[in-house]
Amino acid sequence: MAPSRHAAPSAEEHLRRNTVGINKETVTNVSSTDFPGHFPGEDHAFSIEQFQSAFSIQFHRNEANDASFSLIGIDASLANAFRRILIAEIPTLAIEDVFIENNTSVIQDEVLAHRLGLIPFNGGREGIHNFLKWYKKPEAGEDPYANSFDWNTVRLELNITCTVNPDAAPTENDPLKAYNHAHVYARDIVFVPTGRQAEHFDGENAIRPVNPDILIAKLRPKQTINLAMHMHKGIGADHSKFSPVATASYRLLPLIHITRPILGADAKKFQKCFPEGVIGLETVTREDVSKPGSGYEGHLGELKAVVKDSMKDTVSREALRHAEFEGKVKLGRRRDHFIFSIESTGQWDSDELFLESVKHLKLKCKKLEQQVINMVQ
Amino acid sequence: MPGRTKAQDDASSHDADMQDVPPSAQEEISQDAEMREDAEAEEEEEEEIETQRVRILPGSTDTAASFEFTDEGHTLGNALRYIIMKNPDVEFCAYSIPHPSEPKMNIRIQTYDGTAVNALKKGLSDLQDVCDVVAEKFWSERQSFNAEQGIER
Repeated sequence: MAPSRHAAPSAEEHLRRNTVGINKETVTNVSSTDFPGHFPGEDHAFSIEQFQSAFSIQFHRNEANDASFSLIGIDASLANAFRRILIAEIPTLAIEDVFIENNTSVIQDEVLAHRLGLIPFNGGREGIHNFLKWYKKPEAGEDPYANSFDWNTVRLELNITCTVNPDAAPTENDPLKAYNHAHVYARDIVFVPTGRQAEHFDGENAIRPVNPDILIAKLRPKQTINLAMHMHKGIGADHSKFSPVATASYRLLPLIHITRPILGADAKKFQKCFPEGVIGLETVTREDVSKPGSGYEGHLGELKAVVKDSMKDTVSREALRHAEFEGKVKLGRRRDHFIFSIESTGQWDSDELFLESVKHLKLKCKKLEQQVINMVQ
Repeated sequence: MPGRTKAQDDASSHDADMQDVPPSAQEEISQDAEMREDAEAEEEEEEEIETQRVRILPGSTDTAASFEFTDEGHTLGNALRYIIMKNPDVEFCAYSIPHPSEPKMNIRIQTYDGTAVNALKKGLSDLQDVCDVVAEKFWSERQSFNAEQGIER
């Protein structure tokens, strides 16, 4: 039950509680403790004002196909929900059905169909996100195309035949020069607009592979591939070809705390224990030396190791393996600082994807809240 | 031949024919879509009546209940568990997925004060508030970062 008086922990205490300790062989303090009743006399009840003031975001990188940012002051369960939604629940358009009319290439029909399914496609965003809707698979016995419309099915074709290049020298050994269409690439796929797709996907908004240079198959003269494809919307939970992200992951912010001075040759060795740019070398200043008990006394002008950028660290724990650093360094990670990294496959922008995952979680809760109300009635 | 579908025949015939056939089906749906957008901006699948996906499991009392969610998993389970545990009226909250091949997720809530159903409702609404704050801060931070870096998108 909520205690009558509420003490707030100091900033140091807060940091201590939110630091996962990383030792040579063990980890410590791994679980969240920000629950009511965990610390006597402290209030940890959820309040949106409290969350709002504690929560912050920092961007590190924001490109269409690669975004990185930190969510600070949020619990792992929530950050993980966003990550899981990014991977498995945001819809994209991908090839779902392949109708093979003719395939005399060495690559088998089913393998070819699988390869086609995995190709990421792009196109007019408005059309993909708003115009295109879910496709419902017809029931057994129903006309298999009863549910196919321009607003849920995109038709693509791939018709290609390899021929001998008459202009090539007779001694030519490179198949790409000796033959035409020796390689089938994603760019050879042709989008066939149907119905109102012509409005939504015209010109530069056409449905096209994100990377035109994806190799699909190799052919030799007289071999041919003749097929049509239907694309539908789907989610990564059903098949990973529908996942909008190449990777969506987070890591916790690494913390390096140098508790006692590391000087001279040791400092250089210490620097080598970490990736480049994590540890800097500075000279011990007069100010350092004048502080009694700092450990710098009598070392004026020597090199000392300082933490420059702990975010670059990989937490390899190499520093903990050497006797000379024992008791001088503490490694850890911030439990509530998530460094997200999202790489989109191209159908969405990476930052847009994260926002979509937040919206998705909200919508999920909204629907279920209504369901809970219905359940009680 | 599966490649020769009805839809394909429609598509491969002349434009004039094509416009005659599909619009009747399309028009209906697009009107539907517009109506939907007016009614509920974020609702996508309104036309289908939502099946009941939450139920109280037998043996539950007002202050100690288990709920079964169909088609939910760790994504919602863990987030909801966290936010319900932040409620000072809740004595105990945990979630589990009883079997990996069944699309079901169970949540157990025991309360000191108030009913378990209310704790669940509060959890779901708190989670929505969190999403609003995250989305809002993310967007403003993105805008200022893009302005600073000269990223135009």
